Amino acid sequence: MAVDKDKLLQFLLRQGDNTLILGHRVSEWCGHSPILEEDIALANTALDLIGQTQMWLGYAAEVQGEGKSADDLAFLRDAWDFRNVLLTELPNGDFGQTLLRQFLFDAFQSVLMGRLMKSSDETVAAIAAKASKEVAYHVERSADTVVGLGDGTEESHNRMQAALEYLWPYVGEMFESDDIDAAMAEAGIAPDPAGLREEYDALVGKVLTEATLDIPAAKYAHKGGRTGYMHTEHLGHLLATMQWLQRAYPGCEW
Amino acid sequence: MYAQMIKTARSGVKTREEMNDQEREFQDKIDNDIKIEPRDWMPDDYRRTLIRQIGQHAHSEVVGQLPEGNWITRAPTLERKAILLAKVQDEAGHGLYLYSAAETLGESRDELVRLLHEGRMKYSSIFNYPTLNWADIGAVGWLVDGAAIVNQVALQRTSYGPYSRAMIRICKEESFHARQGYHAIMKMAFGTPEQKKQAQDAVNRLWFPAIMMFGPTDADSTNSDQSMAWKIKVKSNDELRQQFVDQTVPQIEYLGLDLPDPNIKWNEERGHYDFSDPNWDEFFNVIKGNGPCNVDRMKDRVNAWEDGQWVRDGLLAHARKKAAAKVAAE
Repeated sequence: MAVDKDKLLQFLLRQGDNTLILGHRVSEWCGHSPILEEDIALANTALDLIGQTQMWLGYAAEVQGEGKSADDLAFLRDAWDFRNVLLTELPNGDFGQTLLRQFLFDAFQSVLMGRLMKSSDETVAAIAAKASKEVAYHVERSADTVVGLGDGTEESHNRMQAALEYLWPYVGEMFESDDIDAAMAEAGIAPDPAGLREEYDALVGKVLTEATLDIPAAKYAHKGGRTGYMHTEHLGHLLATMQWLQRAYPGCEW
Repeated sequence: MYAQMIKTARSGVKTREEMNDQEREFQDKIDNDIKIEPRDWMPDDYRRTLIRQIGQHAHSEVVGQLPEGNWITRAPTLERKAILLAKVQDEAGHGLYLYSAAETLGESRDELVRLLHEGRMKYSSIFNYPTLNWADIGAVGWLVDGAAIVNQVALQRTSYGPYSRAMIRICKEESFHARQGYHAIMKMAFGTPEQKKQAQDAVNRLWFPAIMMFGPTDADSTNSDQSMAWKIKVKSNDELRQQFVDQTVPQIEYLGLDLPDPNIKWNEERGHYDFSDPNWDEFFNVIKGNGPCNVDRMKDRVNAWEDGQWVRDGLLAHARKKAAAKVAAE
């Protein structure tokens, strides 16, 4: 069945903005990680996320049909037009917070991409098939690091527990559902995110238990990113950096 | 690249008569282009010189992430950002091979990093210059990696096997970087007047620092004779610099940019370009720690290492727990 084009566009922006904003955050680490192997891994993760962004936003621009490119969407929208979940725009914090944020997102992506590979939309299925290979090793690495640091020294454990307290309230937003999700589910393009929670909790619960970390009891979830209603203050600064050249020298080829 | 002013661990080259049998046998291998491998006997000074050179080279790759990282978050398109991330990832990878090559000589990575952080080892002078506009990123790929390639293509023939093999692998990636860098600056040189201005600014600022990368003039390069005799170094600083200038000047002209040195002129008789000497006082100042970015670069690296201590400790503690649990289970 034909799907509402605007809703499909919103869905694609949610995918592409998640990978764009998180990829940007991860790239901020360049040259500053705790050990050379991690510099390589972080650059590699950021590179994969930016590559996925090119695919998602490229398709979004095509669906939008206004002759724009993935770059136009990335560099020339203002904060309220971004549709990433708040989790992805949160500051890096220390290395532990960065890797825990990565794990909480990778776990979601690993569940979601498995479903999107079976999407009724061939382009979505193809992007998910390619991304899922990268997501598989991202989640393996971020989970290993979370376990290693959670179950490491007293200091590393305490830092990871503090990071979890900070990040956990941002997890719930990934499972929010609205009319866009309903339309995607009805068209067989994407699952209703609410339906992914059980599988996610099982995966995340297993890893956090192995990491000897306690999941906070509070259920409250911050939201506003995937609808664009209310981002954090952090996003504006990220965009000010990321979009600066395109804004300062409009219309150039780079 | 990125090894300069490597102090050879000996003064004066021994004549064949001064060598003992072992040293003569070693020198025969070198003279016959037989590679020296980690388990082979080698003079202590050969080992020490190589550790310094390979270690400095590795440090340069690692510190070299910083000036490029300075622009990753401001890259103007998704493709440019991806290319730059891939490049920086390659540089860190080169650092890893080179530290591994140094390990085959009996020096650990941790020790080399400690010496760097204590200011007892150096990295290439070029990374003590700032990257101030986006064209600098193109210029770093084209000029800096370009200069590195000239040096490293020569080093593929270096006498120590692991170093030579690392150079062969690294050169392939560096060539890709240089092409990408040139492409990026070409877009700007052929772009709007403002973009062209940035490209010109980058070339003007980075030209002399790039030609300084080959180290002091041969007349002032006091450490070269023994390194050349041992084929740790294969071509002289001035030969390599001339080769770089000769290949780069036509590339600047193709971009339609002004030459960064008014004395660059084709010399029919020599069959080479003439060019001005860089300001060697500035070079020696940068080497001594007075370059525009020396203090900040080292602060970044030392802070990254110190801030990461808890991570390394945590992961190590976990690995030990796992190993102990495995032993207990067996």
